[in-house]
Amino acid sequence: MLLSEIVSILDAEPLNEEMDLGIDIQSAFASDLMSDVLALARPGVLMITGLTNIQIMRTASMIDIPAVVFVRGKKPPRETIELAGKLGIPFIITYKTMFETCGMLFQAGVKPILCAKR
Amino acid sequence: MSSLNSRDSFVIEREVKPLDFLSAGETASDFKETLKSLGIPADICRKTSIVAYEAEMNAVIHGGGGIIAMELEGDRITIVAKDQGPGIENVSLAMQEGYSTAPDFVREMGFGAGMGLPNIKKYSDELDIETKPGEGTTLRIVIFLKDEGGVE
Repeated sequence: MLLSEIVSILDAEPLNEEMDLGIDIQSAFASDLMSDVLALARPGVLMITGLTNIQIMRTASMIDIPAVVFVRGKKPPRETIELAGKLGIPFIITYKTMFETCGMLFQAGVKPILCAKR
Repeated sequence: MSSLNSRDSFVIEREVKPLDFLSAGETASDFKETLKSLGIPADICRKTSIVAYEAEMNAVIHGGGGIIAMELEGDRITIVAKDQGPGIENVSLAMQEGYSTAPDFVREMGFGAGMGLPNIKKYSDELDIETKPGEGTTLRIVIFLKDEGGVE
């Protein structure tokens, strides 16, 4: 599914029109814990989070996450927006909660990632 | 930089400032970019940047800053993270997922959830922790250049 379709499903706003919304997204991971993202996410996975600080973009770039969804209408601060631009990571903002965001994307066919038993 | 290849050896060293959350992660990003520019496989670049990032965050949060170095030599990448912080009182506890001594303001940023050292172990091939209460901590982390099918 294209990121542009996710924008429309979530009634979301890309912050600027230069962002590449043509990225193909197959799976997603939702978390406000960045170390859990680093532990479990995989390259190519969409990150859904309610945090907006600069380390969200750092985390995304370390694990090759192609795009970020900020939930609950959170607008990221300037430094986060600047780093996202520098790293080339598009992000979108939705006013839906994390639960509803995940539910809608799951229903639309976006897959979860596996969390192995240990 | 682009004239180097993976057989060349080099060391990059960066200073990490305490509690500087705006710059935290720049070192790990630099390391990743350097490895990518040398044509190192993407999964090795990713593992190295994740362990360097977690080590960097530990130095920023707990270590009062420190020095992070990346060495590429022969068949391996070695990350050495050295701080002069309070040291780790109980290493086996610190290695448990979820065990954390981080303050609340760090948790509010999405870190300090007790996954730092476990993540470093998960993504590395060798991890050595040298620590003494009151004298700081040194992590020595090795990632082999040949992917042996561990964590993707």
